[in-house]
Amino acid sequence: MKRAGLGAAEAIGLPAAGALSLLLAWQFVVPAAGVPAYILPTPLSVLQHLVGDWRFLLSNALPTWVEAALGFLLGNGGAVLLASAFTFSRRLQSAYFPVILLFNTIPVLALAPIIILIFGLGLLPKVIIAALICFFPTLVNTVRGLSLVSASELDLMHVLSASWWETFWHLRVPRSIPLLFASLRIAATTSVIGAVVGEWIGSNQGLGAVIIQATFNYQAERLFGAVIIAALSGLAFFGVVTFAERALLKRNLGVA
Amino acid sequence: MPNEARAGAAPEPTPAIAATGLTIGHRLADGAASPVLRGLDLSVARGEFLAILGPSGCGKSTLLRVIADLLPPLEGEIAVLGRTPSEARRRRNVGFVFQDATLLPWRTVRQNVELPLQVGRGSVERRVAQTSSGDWLDLVGLSAYAERYPSQLSGGQRQRVAIARALQSEPDILLMDEPFGALDEITRERLNDELLAVWRRTRATIIFVTHSIMEAVYLGQRVLVLAADPGRVQALVDITRLKDVEGRCRREASDVVEMAAHLRTLLQEGAAAR
Repeated sequence: MKRAGLGAAEAIGLPAAGALSLLLAWQFVVPAAGVPAYILPTPLSVLQHLVGDWRFLLSNALPTWVEAALGFLLGNGGAVLLASAFTFSRRLQSAYFPVILLFNTIPVLALAPIIILIFGLGLLPKVIIAALICFFPTLVNTVRGLSLVSASELDLMHVLSASWWETFWHLRVPRSIPLLFASLRIAATTSVIGAVVGEWIGSNQGLGAVIIQATFNYQAERLFGAVIIAALSGLAFFGVVTFAERALLKRNLGVA
Repeated sequence: MPNEARAGAAPEPTPAIAATGLTIGHRLADGAASPVLRGLDLSVARGEFLAILGPSGCGKSTLLRVIADLLPPLEGEIAVLGRTPSEARRRRNVGFVFQDATLLPWRTVRQNVELPLQVGRGSVERRVAQTSSGDWLDLVGLSAYAERYPSQLSGGQRQRVAIARALQSEPDILLMDEPFGALDEITRERLNDELLAVWRRTRATIIFVTHSIMEAVYLGQRVLVLAADPGRVQALVDITRLKDVEGRCRREASDVVEMAAHLRTLLQEGAAAR
């Protein structure tokens, strides 16, 4: 029997080989099975298209990035502010937290047309959809993180005559940071989804618009290219947030 | 500082703690009082080391909470250095060492000790920082660990940090709620010796709650023995005669062992009477 655990070469090599085998199967099995290229193009032709069509894809990725980034900032910023307000006032939390949680059960896909209806066809409705999709997980996680304090920690702060703000800043905020970043990492990818969904409904530019138009025009390679760019964008956002978390932990807490 | 000068120039014999007819306990949700300890009369002199010994539920921790302004008294009077507990707290007269060290895990040892300097900026009337965190860490023997994190320390070391943090605001009264309860016997005895050294150095009044008879005898100048159900004073025993000028005694000395046996009898009588 082999012992548990893989060497470094295998740990990297095996997933790469796995992915490569699937791509190869796609490249050769799909055309052999008679699926036409306008339905499901081969990986190589998608790659070819990505290289040849990069100007078009990039010019459409830019608005999606802007919407996702603004939505990320707005949604998470709003969530952190509201979570802080809820921590400040239990009454406020009792009054509004359940309503907001109920509101969260509405699927964003169902909400998107309403937002387009209210805010029109510009940049704003996409930002709002991206913000909404980030908002709820961050709100719930931050409210939880800010309340993760023990009775003796609160006693300590009281004995030291700490103000509400000092207790918040020196005790609650550091305690909530890991949970906050957990939801920020999720929001990094979902904000891109929100922006794309917003572009599906009322837009003539952006990756979402490209996806819809390419679908209707049977431009399968362009469709796949746009999907790949959208996925990579989410991954890049995720990377930025992870990097920011590492940097913050190193600077302020000394440990990662 | 005029405040400091006045406090230094007036050797008036205000006791550290003066309680008369003090009833303490919790107030239930409907406003009804649920007392755990009734009608306590107690005076603790400045610089005294008082050990409080008693079973669970006798109100010994509750008494510390009332002195520290963590809980209002139900009835009676309590004065801390002649002031209300709330005033004393805002003057940083009182330091508290909890049963669990309550260190903030994202702060280094030094940063934990410096916490009292960073909070209470708006409300604390008497601010002192004549002694640096390094000196307090020196006093509890942890200077080499200043840049470590609490998770890298042993239980005994964490309680030392908690003591250094309580001393950082230079309190006149140090309240300790079973601080060594979770430690092994050897570590506990070493920390008892270190605590006596801290007491001699700082001349603070220490009120030390424990359920260990030996710890109470070894540390205290007086031992307040409480009984539970209902909480009441069983005895207040002066044991200063067992101690040398530095406040120390030998645990195996016959008079110390006898005193421990005497306190055990008192505790048993308190438990039998209910």
